[in-house]
Amino acid sequence: MDITVNILLTIATAATPLLIAAIGELVVERSGVLNLGVEGMMIMGAVGGFGAGYLTGSPWIGLLAAIALGAVFSLLFAVMTLSLATNQVATGLSLTLLGLGLSGMMGTSFVGQPGARLPNLDIPGLTAMPVIGRLLFGQDPIFYISIALTAAVMWFLFKTRTGLTLRSIGDSHTSAHALGIEVIRYRYLAVIFGGACAGLAGGHLSLVYTPQWVENMTAGRGWIALALVVFASWRPWRVLAGAYIFGAVWIGQLHAQAFGIPVPSQLLSSLPYLATIVVLVLISRNKRLTMMNTPASLGQPFVPDR
Amino acid sequence: MKKLLIALMTAAAALSLAATAEAQEKLKACWVYTGPIGDFGYSYQHDQGRLDVEKALGDKVETAYLENVSEGPDADRAFERLAREGCKIIFGTSFGFMDPEVKVAKKFPDVMFEHATGYKTSENLGIYNARFYEGRYILGQIAAKQSKSGVAGYIVSFPIPEVVMGINSFMLGAQSIKPDFKAKIVWINSWFDPGKEADAAKALFDQGADIIVQHTDSTAALQVAEERGLQGFGQSSDMIKFAPKAQLTSIVDDWGPYYIGRVKAALDGTWKPGNVWLGIKDGAVKMAPYTNMPDDVKAMAEATEKKIVEGWNPFTGPIAKQDGTPWLKEGEVADDPTLLGMNFYVKGVDDKLPQ
Repeated sequence: MDITVNILLTIATAATPLLIAAIGELVVERSGVLNLGVEGMMIMGAVGGFGAGYLTGSPWIGLLAAIALGAVFSLLFAVMTLSLATNQVATGLSLTLLGLGLSGMMGTSFVGQPGARLPNLDIPGLTAMPVIGRLLFGQDPIFYISIALTAAVMWFLFKTRTGLTLRSIGDSHTSAHALGIEVIRYRYLAVIFGGACAGLAGGHLSLVYTPQWVENMTAGRGWIALALVVFASWRPWRVLAGAYIFGAVWIGQLHAQAFGIPVPSQLLSSLPYLATIVVLVLISRNKRLTMMNTPASLGQPFVPDR
Repeated sequence: MKKLLIALMTAAAALSLAATAEAQEKLKACWVYTGPIGDFGYSYQHDQGRLDVEKALGDKVETAYLENVSEGPDADRAFERLAREGCKIIFGTSFGFMDPEVKVAKKFPDVMFEHATGYKTSENLGIYNARFYEGRYILGQIAAKQSKSGVAGYIVSFPIPEVVMGINSFMLGAQSIKPDFKAKIVWINSWFDPGKEADAAKALFDQGADIIVQHTDSTAALQVAEERGLQGFGQSSDMIKFAPKAQLTSIVDDWGPYYIGRVKAALDGTWKPGNVWLGIKDGAVKMAPYTNMPDDVKAMAEATEKKIVEGWNPFTGPIAKQDGTPWLKEGEVADDPTLLGMNFYVKGVDDKLPQ
């Protein structure tokens, strides 16, 4: 029983940063903007979170710094693509490169220093309950944030008027503009929200997952988050499911190896990526469903006529 | 996508290097790393060696480095770039730089090249390596003494001879104490992915291992051990700060003395391509202080270390291969080429070697 609980906890830890980064990017893409800089914003969050936590000794300040740094960094992307209408793909890619380089430079003095770790939740009486205690009441704070965030985004996008406006901008920015909606303002806010989420996901890496700073520590998780958004066909609850499936396959293959199941480890390591491809193929077979969910003006620059 | 990124980063790094070309009369010594120097592991230790050179030789040398250079065609460009920039001696620090260095060395006959962990040499290309396996034998012995469950978790990167040699040496050490000692092996197919290393450590602990060994570069696995109140070994650097209660010892790479010697030789004009494989006795492989263990285990580890310094090789027979066929006879010592090309397990390893 204990091992099952442990495995589930490990899966939750692995899935949380993917979920948060992907939920943020989902909102960005729903507004019609494609930001490929998730990896860069995430690593900025990781270095900022670690740095602030290390310097102040408080992981909570680290957490706030991670969110802030991700948001500020995404602002750069917003100014470039929204105000100056640069190519979103190229700008997003360079944001990732810049983030990886800049974070390495900022983090030089943090290398080899143990940092502050966010404590796990511990509610007297509840956390000590067998089995469900640690699963429901004993995880790290960012885990709970990630679940709440998913629910909030779901509600926002599909139950509020602002959410509807945001989605309509993503589907046709010219029509939205004609209706008098401030397309650029909405997109700015969406991009900054995405940046804050990516920063938080990075903070999870350097404050919970592996409390340390090392260059390139995101190790491609930003790209997986991007893939998850497509995998989920732009639906929040599917992002949640996707992140956990990813986490489960990821952790499952390690357990299979440790257990001695004679399957080539290279194959096992590639399973999460294979799963994405399979799902993409399955989704794209249903044309109507794809059309319905994909934001129609995704990735197109918008220049309002003045 | 990642390939493209790395290519772009290499290009960016190369550009920034161009700006630092000055002071022609100094000897320019250059390094190429496969990882970031901030990994606090393998590349970090090589860069510490570079800094040692700067410290020791002061204004007689000028150094430069390229980090995050991927192993493959990108490496060709990196080495060629450095040679054109006026580097007189260039160190390539990763196995995968072997063929690129051979190629570029041919083009620049008056530049001195050095390659770590490979086996190809030429008139202006020497090779150097460290006998990390010596340290791994000691780790094996400590693990067997310290483990209560009799099972160690072993996190590994890629099935190259260097890594296989390490697993074998570890198992030989462990079996010398507890003949039925087991190691669970997990390949994560990466040198550096802290998250994955932590996940692998958790999986291994969940399945009954109580000591963690790694041949990957970050401190993540050791931090998991610390959190769970279990033990483990560091890698490449002394990681005691990350796991004050969990780290038993760590194999520390110290390239400084070698680099200083080679750059000095280049300055004097006495440089010749060498082929060296340095061990504990040369100071290139160091053991971090033995901590968190009883005195008798510490004494045993120190005794083994002394034996190795005096010339004993962990790969001394009788040793059988995994399937039970004899490999080394009583008293027979494995020769270096066999070790450097090692692609089989010794008896008692509970894993199928990925091919």
